[in-house]
Amino acid sequence: MSAFQYKVEPRRARMDKLMRGLCWGAVCLAILPLLSLLYMVISKGWHRLDLDFFIHLPRPVGIAGGGLANAVVGSIELVGLASLFGMPIGIAAGIYLAEFNSTRFAKSVRFSADVLSGVPSIVTGIFAYQLVVAPLHGFSALAGGFALGLMMIPLIARITEEVVRLVPIGLREAALALGIPRWKTIVPVVVRTAASGIATGLLLAATRAASETAPLLFTAFNNQFWPSSPMQPTASLTVQIFTYAISPYDEWQDMAWTGALVLLLMVLAASLASRLTMSRNRPMQL
Amino acid sequence: MTNLMRKTGLAAALLMGFAAQASALSLNGAGSTFIYPLASKWFYSYQEATGVEINYQSIGSGAGIQQLTAQTVDFGASDAPMTADQMEKAGGGTIHIPATMGAVAVVYNVDGIDTGLKLNGDVLAQIFLGTITNWNDKAIAELNSDLSLPDAKITVVHRADGSGTTFIFTDYLTKVSTAWAGQVGQGTAVKWPAGVGGKGNEAVAGVVRGVKGSIGYVEFAYAAQNKMTVAKMKNRDGKFITPSIDAVTAAAAGALRRMPADFRVSFTNAAGEDSYPICGFTWILVRPRFEDHAKGEAFVKFLNWAMDDGQKMAPSLNYAPLPASLVEKIKAKIATIQY
Amino acid sequence: MPLVLDPPKNAAGQALPVGPLSSTKKRRATGDQVFHGLVAGSAGTIPLIAVAMLALLGVASMECFRTQGLAFFLKQDWDPVHGSYGMLAFAYGTLASSLIALLIAGPVGVGIALAITEFTHPKVRELAAWLVETLSAIPSVIFGLWGMFVLAPLMRSHIEPLLTRIPGPFFREAGTGLSLLSAGLVVSIMILPTVMAVCREVFNAIPVSMRESAMALGSTRWESVRLAVLAPSMPGIIGALILAMGRALGETMAVTMVIGNRAEISSNLLAPSDSLASAIANQFTEATTSGHLSALAALGFVLFLITMILNMAAQGLVWLVKRRVGA
Repeated sequence: MSAFQYKVEPRRARMDKLMRGLCWGAVCLAILPLLSLLYMVISKGWHRLDLDFFIHLPRPVGIAGGGLANAVVGSIELVGLASLFGMPIGIAAGIYLAEFNSTRFAKSVRFSADVLSGVPSIVTGIFAYQLVVAPLHGFSALAGGFALGLMMIPLIARITEEVVRLVPIGLREAALALGIPRWKTIVPVVVRTAASGIATGLLLAATRAASETAPLLFTAFNNQFWPSSPMQPTASLTVQIFTYAISPYDEWQDMAWTGALVLLLMVLAASLASRLTMSRNRPMQL
Repeated sequence: MTNLMRKTGLAAALLMGFAAQASALSLNGAGSTFIYPLASKWFYSYQEATGVEINYQSIGSGAGIQQLTAQTVDFGASDAPMTADQMEKAGGGTIHIPATMGAVAVVYNVDGIDTGLKLNGDVLAQIFLGTITNWNDKAIAELNSDLSLPDAKITVVHRADGSGTTFIFTDYLTKVSTAWAGQVGQGTAVKWPAGVGGKGNEAVAGVVRGVKGSIGYVEFAYAAQNKMTVAKMKNRDGKFITPSIDAVTAAAAGALRRMPADFRVSFTNAAGEDSYPICGFTWILVRPRFEDHAKGEAFVKFLNWAMDDGQKMAPSLNYAPLPASLVEKIKAKIATIQY
Repeated sequence: MPLVLDPPKNAAGQALPVGPLSSTKKRRATGDQVFHGLVAGSAGTIPLIAVAMLALLGVASMECFRTQGLAFFLKQDWDPVHGSYGMLAFAYGTLASSLIALLIAGPVGVGIALAITEFTHPKVRELAAWLVETLSAIPSVIFGLWGMFVLAPLMRSHIEPLLTRIPGPFFREAGTGLSLLSAGLVVSIMILPTVMAVCREVFNAIPVSMRESAMALGSTRWESVRLAVLAPSMPGIIGALILAMGRALGETMAVTMVIGNRAEISSNLLAPSDSLASAIANQFTEATTSGHLSALAALGFVLFLITMILNMAAQGLVWLVKRRVGA
């Protein structure tokens, strides 16, 4: 946007500069801890980032060449299961909240979603334990996916709602004027317009799920060996990082940092891929 | 991303679901974090030797007992023996197999004192009770006439999370200090009268290393690995002992005479000249009868292996091997497990 | 005379329904009904889960409420060995640390979102947004470790001595770096991406024409942003803050590693404290007596209640703002 060449009162000009400066200051403020964190994770995790890490199972202290390959696969499996479970329900719930939002039911749903997103992850884990693990008498990837999915649903629903609601009414009215039934309006027209916003919500929820430790402790448990079936305990990067990080051994701590680095890289790669493949649909300017 | 991620996850899940892992026998166990490094070495070696996959996760002694009771795991491991209440809930007769022993080291950071601080149980209790607040207190000076103690505030650091290490530590303090026994007592989590809490050995060590004048307690393996400054503790026979594997084995030998048949005993403040006073067992817990015959057979084989080859692996990881006389008794107990 | 025509017939000779309203109404009805059922059902799972969790926690807490009585809500004492439990200190820690986190992350997050959407070259926007979203990818355990290894020592050696110069009860005495303030700081960094991401979507949804109108009236960049973007986005911003607050209240791992774990209420922000979620995470795995476990479940119940109450208050706020803005 080109600058307009006209005189503005000095007070307003100063305010303009001040507020813009503050906003940029905010960006710097956020970048500082981010850089510090990244530096810590990279500098500590870099030297164990080798082929061994990606193809070998964990090894005890004193035996070289161990890796967290099973944890990498396990994390992908768990987030995959969680998304399978959480995405459809979350998006559908979000659409409901946006389209039918004045009913009392919608109000209670919205309220519950906000409350649920504040539940500590360990409570979600214990809940999933009672529902899935205890009756089946065993820890499983399924239970872990269920717990993570539970955490994803409220987040996806609320963000989907906020974004779908922002689609201009004119768009919906135009579709209805063409005689399209309401549901055909919502799904292809409205949702597709809000797709990028929904994708942001999904990404946010998925990365949060991938980064969780506590809910997996009592559901997917963890496993030193390869994941053999969704009904067995499954390794995950976060739990293994946690276990290793608080252990007394240097080589395990090194692996913990490498695991953190790998987790970070995986999530960044997913986020980058989503940005490249998803076309940026902006709502129509009216 | 979403589609990609979903498809990847699904593919991975399906692949794993059909992976040829069905042939290997696998067991699951949960419990003490203290034994985790040794346990992972054991299970790795055992898998290499026999192909049996034993998956052990350190979610905490209490959680191990909970999961054993809920029958979601095949065995548990705990740094504290089960109470009568817990045994009843678990169906009665849970067998305690002492697997290894470890010590709790008292670490400190005092200006000018790099080694050789001596403490006894009573003084330690007073420090953690908050009644002794300065390093140059008379009581500490009495024990350390050869050191010049600075005039500095004592910062107490304890464990924030419940843990077997805390259990052993508070168990010792309860035995040696009536004030502690009355006010605080023993447990995996207690109401600490003073100080700040760190999560895990790492946090406690971090604070102790960073704050001058602080004192805390960590697993001995941890202190040894990280070459921390440890205090000498006065044992029951009056000698000041630095924590070491031999000192722990001596303590266990000292407690052997009064060992009950079910091995549920704590041997803090044990008799014996060379005994270190703050140490304890970690037990492997199993139900008296394994439902699954194959699993039961495999696990009993493992336990016997742990008593022989397993114990040899302990010293390199700073765990104390069980005394030979105790191993005989334990093997007899293992033989009573039905499957 | 009205024109009466025979209704059209299909191949089998049956009369087809006519009349635009009724026929489309019928077709719309089934499709819409199914759709409505699907989305409403999905939406319904959310309150169902919430109620189920509350019920689970409530049942598990029963023993604690029975033995401790009303005193549970009023006392600071937490003594597992002697069986005396009180939630006050933990509730204080949770609320105080979350408040600190929101006070920091709210303005900073909105500021960043504004900077990214309003004051940047379009090409830089993606990169900047991506950078901040990177924060959300970092597991909470790593935040905890960073807090322990980097932030706490920094606080201990450099920042706390400076802060103690400020008069008043909040910075009375320097501590070990493990404190309420440290926990609030770490959590604020963790909820920042949530605030920023949602605000960004909300700001982006406002048509460019609105900003252009404001500028056409002679406003500076900031003024046009304030009028055309911030004002109508208020409900969305508050929505973002509510989401972030939810996360702050429930944050477990990172908090427990930097808060110092001392169940004591103190106005000194540099003193160690403890939070509801942190206490549950620390003690749940090692709790062995049913009394202890029940007390921990009661803490979870209290956290649930606090989250509910705060959300209700926030909804009221949104309603007020919407009325003023006229949205």
